[in-house]
Amino acid sequence: MSRSDYETIVGLEIHAELSTKTKIFCSCPTEFGGEPNTHCCPICMAMPGTLPVLNEKVVEYAVKAGLATGCTISKDSKNDRKNYFYPDLPKSYQISQFDKPLCNHGAVEIEDDEGNKKEIGILRIHIEEDAGKLNHNEFGSGSLVDLNRAGVPLIEIVSKPDMRSAKEAERYMRKIKSILEYIEVSDCKMQEGSLRADVNVSVRKKGTNEFGTRTEMKNMSSFRSIVRAIEYEAERQIEVIENGGNVYQTTIRWDEVSGKTFPMRDKENADDYRYFPEPDLVAIRLSDEYIENVKKELPELPESRKLRYLNEYELSEKDSRLLTASKYLSDLFEGALKECGNAKAVANWILSDISRILNEKEMEADQIPFTASQLAKVVELIDKGTISSAIAKKVITELFENPQDPEVIIKENGWIQISDEGAIREVVLKIIEANPQSVADYKGGKDRAIGFLVGQAMKETKGKANPGMLNKMFVEEINKM
Amino acid sequence: MEITELTVHELQEKIKNKELTISEVTKAYVDRINEKEKDVNCFITTLTDEALEKAKEIEDKVNKGEIKSELAGIPIGIKDNICVKGVRTTCASKMLENFISPYDATVMERLDDENLVNLGKLNMDEFAMGSSTEYSALAKTRNPWDLNKVPGGSSGGSAAAVAANLVPWALGSDTGGSIRQPAAFCGVVGLKPTYGLVSRYGLVAFASSLDQIGPITKDVKDSAMLLNILVGHDEKDTTSFDMPKVDYVASLKNDVKGLKIGIPKEFYGEGINSEVKECLQKAIEKYKELGAEVEEFSLDIAEYALATYYIIACAEASSNLGRFDGIRYGYRTKDYESLEDIYKKSRSEAFGDEVKRRIILGTYVLSSGYYDAYYKKAQKVRTLVKKEFDKAFEKYDIILTPTSPTVAFDVGIKSNNPLEMYLADICTVSVNVAGLPGISIPCGVDSNGMPIGMQLIGNRFSESTVLNTAYTYEQATKFRENFKPTFKK
Repeated sequence: MSRSDYETIVGLEIHAELSTKTKIFCSCPTEFGGEPNTHCCPICMAMPGTLPVLNEKVVEYAVKAGLATGCTISKDSKNDRKNYFYPDLPKSYQISQFDKPLCNHGAVEIEDDEGNKKEIGILRIHIEEDAGKLNHNEFGSGSLVDLNRAGVPLIEIVSKPDMRSAKEAERYMRKIKSILEYIEVSDCKMQEGSLRADVNVSVRKKGTNEFGTRTEMKNMSSFRSIVRAIEYEAERQIEVIENGGNVYQTTIRWDEVSGKTFPMRDKENADDYRYFPEPDLVAIRLSDEYIENVKKELPELPESRKLRYLNEYELSEKDSRLLTASKYLSDLFEGALKECGNAKAVANWILSDISRILNEKEMEADQIPFTASQLAKVVELIDKGTISSAIAKKVITELFENPQDPEVIIKENGWIQISDEGAIREVVLKIIEANPQSVADYKGGKDRAIGFLVGQAMKETKGKANPGMLNKMFVEEINKM
Repeated sequence: MEITELTVHELQEKIKNKELTISEVTKAYVDRINEKEKDVNCFITTLTDEALEKAKEIEDKVNKGEIKSELAGIPIGIKDNICVKGVRTTCASKMLENFISPYDATVMERLDDENLVNLGKLNMDEFAMGSSTEYSALAKTRNPWDLNKVPGGSSGGSAAAVAANLVPWALGSDTGGSIRQPAAFCGVVGLKPTYGLVSRYGLVAFASSLDQIGPITKDVKDSAMLLNILVGHDEKDTTSFDMPKVDYVASLKNDVKGLKIGIPKEFYGEGINSEVKECLQKAIEKYKELGAEVEEFSLDIAEYALATYYIIACAEASSNLGRFDGIRYGYRTKDYESLEDIYKKSRSEAFGDEVKRRIILGTYVLSSGYYDAYYKKAQKVRTLVKKEFDKAFEKYDIILTPTSPTVAFDVGIKSNNPLEMYLADICTVSVNVAGLPGISIPCGVDSNGMPIGMQLIGNRFSESTVLNTAYTYEQATKFRENFKPTFKK
């Protein structure tokens, strides 16, 4: 058989850190960073005798996530203990949810590899606490425990094994990221580890109904590695099967540098977490009224923003979709639009230059360093004729490096557009004199020669001359000759 | 009468009438500790110097009118599994031998609000696992009535200290009988409140769904007074109930006329010592004399309570004690080569056999493949136990049983036989399994002069009824006037 006879099956368990101000079971701040062990107290350090108290905001945020992904919210839910030993887990158990998660049976829509709409099922969403962090090898051979992150609230979103390629998995995860950003329950900063996924991969021969044996890769925190890892792992499994071997259900590790997966030690796979109901916490009972209220407070979701862009701003279907795919891009668009009023121009800048630079720099939209007002200012300066599009491109590039008022950037770099008639005429005459052949061509009926002359003039003025005026003046001057 | 023989309400009266000063009271206890502690070994940590200083400070404030509390300056002893800021909290384990708590348990804050004086931390079975205090890794407490006998457990240090007049009253904790059984063995009063009545915040967890802190006192009125201080919702413990305050002292009416008392026949059968049975029979007659309506009934689910208790308690303990891993605090082995080494050696070296036994048992019953047969089934039986008690309380106000099948036993005879030790809890565990309040009060002595305890069980949050029932008996029989510990060697 050949590789094309196989299909890849992917399921994701996405962990998102919730952006509540305080931790899930104590009142320590959830803020990222800080000196090690400064955001902790006796409770999140698991001092003997301490007890957890469930942060109500965590329940609210998880319910929001459930509602935004079409889940049924459980009115009778509880916490459970997941027992295992590791130095970053101070209680030696993680308070999670086992058989009664807060949210069940949702789905989100993505596009498959052919561009058709496709639903990815969500099995459940549950709440749990994050573990601390181990800082390895800082002092000799030992490791140091930092418990700042211990007790930061997480939701785990478990998908059905509905994805059929690495790209679908990426699109699904982007969709979840976008939804969580829209409802403002997580900042989804992958580089800070606040959004990560355990990836389950299996393969099977096309046409069969039974799933193959899956392997799991834990804690993947970039789209790029998720895609590469799935592609590699699927290939590896196919090869194993084609060679007559068996895939074993194990946890494997993706190595970014070699681009390969490796099995973890057997011991780490032999997990029996001995789940049991957390006796220190009471059951989570939610009323219909509570769920209804959370629903009412849900902000506008990407789908409805997209429709608004189509109808109100007359943007294209594609542009509306691209802009709303990320809340950060969409917010940037709306923020800038509010100040400058030019929807089409703002959309163009975001989807062309800004997106291109993000791509080049391998940055996510949430890392855009400048503000919506600064972008609005760029558009206004073009509209007023203070700068040309060519200059605007430079300003945008500069905004990524050194975000500040675009007018200051323009002034400091001397990029103000020359619209003074006298100055422009001077340049035009100079260029005409230096390029007799082009002038002759134009006179001979080659209209395109004007373009060349304008280009030369722009070069001469380092892009600062007003291109409209240049064009008009070249025609005038040549016609006078 | 010696100062240390007085109950707290008597001390309070004398301080109020200026017959005694606060400093004199604490001084008397410090002297008593210096004299008798060597015989009974109740303390893991004494705070006598600190207590004298604190008493002086409180006395000054009271004299200046800065403190209004009626209990200001009354000393107390604390079981060593309750966290006191800046003081060792060892749980009588090598694991926490040098652990100093960075915070106060909620009950300690409540005692501080009343300006009580802490005399020290009292011995117990390691991590409250045991029924004789012999499983303490740090001290060997003896029964003040006979120094060759155990004080009971796990709050053996607390009960013995109250009986020996080393403290006027003490805090204990009760997971399966750990307040009531040592109270019975030492001839004092021990109350396990309804689950959720007293905050567990700062009580080092043994079995979270069963643990409760409660008073061990010389008499019932002291028990009511201490309970008044301890109760109340605590936002740090979500399993603590939020309900209106009751004045338990005011509920002591010295009257049980018309009270319906149920006698579950299963608690008077095989395995219960005949002298204990006889003594209880007399107590039952006394209640009839006092006007209570007494009736025998069957509580046959009780038979399964002990097994249920040990499965649930050990399951929770196996998880609760995981945090003692040698990483952040507590004992760490000197010699290790890997992380796994740290875990294995630290826990092997610092936990005693009984603790290990329960961790292993608890780990087993939670393991996949066994969970349904043990833990899940135990939870179902637990529900049945609760239901059967609910049914009984439709008919009765109080259920009366022995506290323990025997009086205090000799040191060393059960410590190597865990199963027999577990049976010592047979009368008390169902109360924890059902989350009910239970009190043990002395109701006589056996032919060797060892005290016998009677257990009164009430419905959830009926501490008033439980205390009044105990109080009425106590007033009618005057145990303390007739019997005293002899420190027999």
